[in-house]
Amino acid sequence: MKQVKYGTLAATLTAALFLAACGDDTENTDANATNDAGEETAETEATLAGEVLGDGSSTVAPITEGLVEEYSAAQPDVRVSVGISGTGGGFEKFINGETDFSNASREIKDEEVQKLNEAGIAYTELELAYDGLSIVVNPENTWAQNLTLDQLKKIWIEDGTVKKWSDIDPSWPAEEIVFYSPGSDSGTYDYFDEVVLEGADLVKAATLSEDDNVLVQGVRGDKNAIGFFGYAYYLANKETLKAVSIDGVLPSGETIASGEYTPLSRSLYVYVNNESVKSEEAVYDFMKYTLENAGEMSELVGYVPLNDDEYEAGLQLLEGLR
Amino acid sequence: MRYIEETSVMQNMNKRLFRNKLWKALFLGAVTIALASLVILLYRIVTQGADYLTWDFMTNFASRFPEQAGIKAALVGSLWLMLVVAPVSMTLGIGTAIYLEEYAKKNKLNDFIRMNISNLAGVPSIVFGLLGLTIFVRMLDLGKSVLAAGLTMSLLILPVIIVASQEAIRAVPKEQREASFGMGATKWQTIVRVVLPAAIPGILTGSILALSRAIGETAPLVVIGIPVILQFLPDGLLSSFTVLPMQIFDWAKRPQEEFLFVASAGIIVLMVLLIIMNSIAIFIRNKFQQRY
Repeated sequence: MKQVKYGTLAATLTAALFLAACGDDTENTDANATNDAGEETAETEATLAGEVLGDGSSTVAPITEGLVEEYSAAQPDVRVSVGISGTGGGFEKFINGETDFSNASREIKDEEVQKLNEAGIAYTELELAYDGLSIVVNPENTWAQNLTLDQLKKIWIEDGTVKKWSDIDPSWPAEEIVFYSPGSDSGTYDYFDEVVLEGADLVKAATLSEDDNVLVQGVRGDKNAIGFFGYAYYLANKETLKAVSIDGVLPSGETIASGEYTPLSRSLYVYVNNESVKSEEAVYDFMKYTLENAGEMSELVGYVPLNDDEYEAGLQLLEGLR
Repeated sequence: MRYIEETSVMQNMNKRLFRNKLWKALFLGAVTIALASLVILLYRIVTQGADYLTWDFMTNFASRFPEQAGIKAALVGSLWLMLVVAPVSMTLGIGTAIYLEEYAKKNKLNDFIRMNISNLAGVPSIVFGLLGLTIFVRMLDLGKSVLAAGLTMSLLILPVIIVASQEAIRAVPKEQREASFGMGATKWQTIVRVVLPAAIPGILTGSILALSRAIGETAPLVVIGIPVILQFLPDGLLSSFTVLPMQIFDWAKRPQEEFLFVASAGIIVLMVLLIIMNSIAIFIRNKFQQRY
């Protein structure tokens, strides 16, 4: 009896393993089949193969995702994989030589440049698109339609007091301001800190979250809330949130591209490893594809494209690396 | 003289009955709250995700369009991960358990080891991620591959497998071992032919539950930096890949509301996978477990 039982157990397990193995086999043969097909056309259409590794900003990620999706149709044998560790997290891996390119929603910092130099990694900065930081309030907020940069700084700086709207402008209600900000790992936080607060501490009462949806929900749920995040998130939620104009300028595609919406518009970058571009055809080809299509893609996902000249300049830079 | 004073019994009776009912109501309440939250969670996820849970969803790669987004890369990636985690963690885990239960002498050092394995089971998973990043990804230069992630996950669930296997081995009655030795069997023969067959249902149940934890775990993979944007299936142990929880996490972060529904559909797939694994564990336990 006992033996029968173990027989059954063994059979079940073997069957399970076998099935699992079969499953993988079919996947593999499928993959091989497409690979073979790819190789056959290789001679005629110059199909590439290879691996491209990237990581970085979650703000840039939607552009990259669209590009990778389109690119995989054009070059099915190039395996592009991109992580979303944030601008800082991406640079950490880039410095370690783990990635071929790193997306960033701010310029590279001096200390990161220094570490790259120490590691002997030469890099090139390429601009992808513009993004505007949107300052948003609850739709029921009827007072703060426009803020000056000074007011914005006064609202967000940590000065040890509990802040009420009436502290900013006496005609506004005497109710406490509720803050929502992206997490301190994000390039958006760094950027805001730099241009609005000039490096001073952000108000401690703020709710920080790496998940921009938490910020959207937070501002949506509280009349006295204020928050900031990328322009794309505002666009996706503009029915339920209200953007505040800064010194009289509202964020929009035109004001961001024209530079009118300063200082709250910024460039999005991709940093490439020069050596990878030089030695790996696939990396070069994917970066070329990126620059050629970033404009269209950035518009589709809610950012603002650069001028054609600027993309052309990026392509020139890339060509120079080979 | 009467043995029972009826009046005082009657006086206390109501109080006792009330107390009885009160506790019953409290415990029933506890069960209801636990079950209700589970039902609400399941209801929300199923109603949100059902529309997106199509065959295309299973066979497409991730996409920037919610209608075209699919879970193929993540599902296959999770299965590949299991292909590394299951053999590595079970071999190491069961081996350790056999050593600790059958061979190790009872002394202070071994007690210390046992205690620390139990402690290890309580270490936050993100710490294992840091360990994996330092050792497997960087020192051994495995990159963000199936192998590196699989070894990290194996370490994460190793303590759970060891403890479960130890319990199962310990539950085999001493008399069986002694009978085996009495028949002239060596220690190895006893372990292979007597102890392990009796302990295997318990070991497998523990291992499968540990494996389903590895399938659902995200934090260590976030630390390692497993990519989420990719359009290919892994083709070997050193290939890049992504897994279900990372993909779901990515979808849930998107600004467009539709991606929340796509994430829900992904959660359904993950849950079905977990339910299947747990059912296998329950099946094995019920079918093969013996009581002494």
